[in-house]
Amino acid sequence: MNDMAKPPRSRAAKWTRRGFIGAGVLAGGALIVGVAVRPGNPVGKLGPIVAGGEGEQLVNSWVKIGADNVVTAIVPHCEMGQGAHSVLAQMLADELDADWSLVRVMQAPADGNYVVTDTARGFVAPGTLDAPDWLEPTWNGLFTKISQLGDVMITGGSSSIRTTGQRTMRIAGAAARQMLIAAAAREWGVPAAEIVTANSMLSHAASGKSAPYAQFAAAAAEEDMPQTPALKQPKDYRLMGTDAPRTDIPEKVTGAAQFGIDATVPGQKLTYAAVRKVPVPGTRIASMKADVAKTMPGVLQILNMGDFLAVVADSYWQAQQALNTIEAEYTKSESAIRSSADQFAAFAAALDQAGDQGGKELVGKGDVAGVLSVSAKTFTAEYRAPYLAHAPLEPMNATVWVRDGQCEIWTSTQVPLMARSAAAKAIGLSADDVTMHHPMLGGGFGRRLEVDYVVMAARIGLATGYPVKMIWSREEDTQKGLFRCADLSRFTGGIDAKGRLVAWNNVFTQHNDPAEACDAPFYDVPHKSIRVAEAELHLPFAAFRSVDHSQQAFFVESFIDEAAHAAGRDPVEFRLAMLGNSPRHKAVLEKVAAMAGWGTRPAAGRGRGVALVQSFGTIVAEVVEVDMSQGKPRLTQVWCAADPGFAMNPDGFRNQMEGGIVFGLTAALHGEITLKDGAVEQGNFNDYPMLRIDECPPIAVEIINADPVHLGGAGEPGLPPIAPALANAIFAASGKRIRELPIAKHFA
Amino acid sequence: MVKFTINGEAKSVEADPAMPILWVVREQLGLTGTKFGCGAALCGACTVHLDGQPVRSCSTPIGEAEGRAITTIEGIAGPEGELTRVQQAWISEQVPQCGYCQSGQIMAATALLRDNPRPSDADIDAAMAGNICRCGTYVRIRHAIKVAAGIEPARVVPLSGGAKA
Repeated sequence: MNDMAKPPRSRAAKWTRRGFIGAGVLAGGALIVGVAVRPGNPVGKLGPIVAGGEGEQLVNSWVKIGADNVVTAIVPHCEMGQGAHSVLAQMLADELDADWSLVRVMQAPADGNYVVTDTARGFVAPGTLDAPDWLEPTWNGLFTKISQLGDVMITGGSSSIRTTGQRTMRIAGAAARQMLIAAAAREWGVPAAEIVTANSMLSHAASGKSAPYAQFAAAAAEEDMPQTPALKQPKDYRLMGTDAPRTDIPEKVTGAAQFGIDATVPGQKLTYAAVRKVPVPGTRIASMKADVAKTMPGVLQILNMGDFLAVVADSYWQAQQALNTIEAEYTKSESAIRSSADQFAAFAAALDQAGDQGGKELVGKGDVAGVLSVSAKTFTAEYRAPYLAHAPLEPMNATVWVRDGQCEIWTSTQVPLMARSAAAKAIGLSADDVTMHHPMLGGGFGRRLEVDYVVMAARIGLATGYPVKMIWSREEDTQKGLFRCADLSRFTGGIDAKGRLVAWNNVFTQHNDPAEACDAPFYDVPHKSIRVAEAELHLPFAAFRSVDHSQQAFFVESFIDEAAHAAGRDPVEFRLAMLGNSPRHKAVLEKVAAMAGWGTRPAAGRGRGVALVQSFGTIVAEVVEVDMSQGKPRLTQVWCAADPGFAMNPDGFRNQMEGGIVFGLTAALHGEITLKDGAVEQGNFNDYPMLRIDECPPIAVEIINADPVHLGGAGEPGLPPIAPALANAIFAASGKRIRELPIAKHFA
Repeated sequence: MVKFTINGEAKSVEADPAMPILWVVREQLGLTGTKFGCGAALCGACTVHLDGQPVRSCSTPIGEAEGRAITTIEGIAGPEGELTRVQQAWISEQVPQCGYCQSGQIMAATALLRDNPRPSDADIDAAMAGNICRCGTYVRIRHAIKVAAGIEPARVVPLSGGAKA
């Protein structure tokens, strides 16, 4: 945790202004490109912050090289299990021709110099990643400014590799390599073009000279920064596209890895806070009785914060024990929604009002109403998805120390700069007065894109004035956070005389991100109307792994499957026939069908289901085989084919597909948050169960690299197809069509 | 005062005997490899060994450790830090994602292989079903246990010259 602390002034002194400007270490993002001329940046602080070690040389914002020839990639995204730290370093190391066994990763500090400019470019201006060379400096400067204003240091959207990796890290590696070559050429008096790099060594054949990178790191930092260094073509990749082992795994098998919850405050005694938020969103604490808690051992302070209670004690266990004795009363909620039935009635009312044509149109083409009226066959279907809690295994927590107009925070977060700003605002400080440490995350899944828990901890810290670690109980984590939305979606399909899906009419109530998640435009369907008729959500919303795809894929791919059966056609053949204009989707579907032996007959009592989804730039098809012979579903195998364009680390990509599938199976089979009296009913893993190893089927994953230039994501795309593939398999095996998740409750 | 050994070292701590082992280990002894997940013996993230048997430290009072031996994830490697077969297999098969549950998974797998050196899939599922992995690494956990048992070969990870577009 202390690797981000400021070192003694003596070390900082070696960082001259000349050194920074020459090295182009002025700012973040793709800022090694052209930043050296942007005046007024706080350049003096970057080197001391990230390269304080003896003998370390920062070559540019993203690379430092140690005297031991260790190359450290400074990665601006957080590590929450998706492998971004390692893969981003892998991309940088490849362009740098670094020896992978000597590459380390450092989490970039929560500092405006490390905003993820290219992620912002991907989000703000998709499709404009590549500016002409002459515009690059301006373009980069513009997006860096936007990113800094918006505190854009974000890890989400399955975006790290395809934005920061493809641009920032690769450019940083390639630029650093050119700078090392230039420095060596100068020293050796040979042409730069004759110097060869490999395994973190420079060599010149004609003169017989060679040297490790470390020898020229300091001189390289004085070289001019190449503005647009040439990047490798796929045929020249040495690390990209290989299963380079992850850098973070060794410390995760020894218990040494540090997560937010493991934070200590150097030189200080920690105290611990247990918290209880109001049970119903929007209410307040009306009164509390804490007589017993006050007398309990270890208790230091009892705080009524209005929207939550906190007990601070010498030990977390003591704090929680004391909190359990506090009785509280709460104000009444103004929400008319008290139960899950109320919530779905509100959805149904909105859809009833929208009818066949109302609501806001998101996708519209052709003449849906006209074609439905003349279709050979029409069918309707209504699908339901429940609220879900993210349930990362590391509960929400944050450690804070507020004193003397300063605040220091240690927490697991996907948005360190936003968390810093929100905490500062909550306790009346400026963001510059808040230092944020963000170690590894024990799972994020979108929950840690929210900053509510960091703000709570900061408020507790302001009240105590001494260091305090706030930890939510599992029950708080399940009940009091933010949630994947529930929703209701209604479809009407029209099939023509040739058994083709010709009309697709759909309306639902929740439309978040990605905007296109409700559609599957790769299928050739001539008449389509997709609309949203908004309805109020009782529980606060947070992006959940794959966001809207997590429910929309279930709706859409169940609908497509129902269309296939309505047409009397095989579900794979039916889909393939609609993919005439989408060769990559067709290839992925054909691949998974081949893997699963789709044409063969499954064993008695078993059935197979398929689903095809594109999300976050990656095309994924999955087939599930399910055994229904015991009267309830038992998964026997999952096959997954995926085209991410190019998998930078195939094994890491497969691991993400496996993880996305298991995460999606938990949601499909078990996941349901319900409401009673306005509050969440579930609390722990007994009533909000997760998929366990004894329910987990074998999973086979194959990758198609169809486009090495335009990459898709990895963290989320494995999830969306699994729920519909499973529901479709259950239909194939048993004739029972599941239109409401979770699946397990239909077989209880 | 409760006396026990932890990772082979004798300790005595001032603690309410009812306090769970988890919080003594994490807060008083600074061994943070053992994780808090649920507080109710439902997820296995807090698994440690008590006299060699896996227990849920979040729900086992420190009083029960009196005179006994606690082993945490920090204590399973050899005296020179040599990783165990289970730890090595977790690396070769690239099991962890976020890693938060993996201390508990490794402690559970270590106990399984000590009692059952050649477990079947069903044995593995039965022994490991108490340990939740929210990232979903179960397929790799199952495989890595077989690698550690010598039932399946460890993967050789290529470092360079691999796949091309």
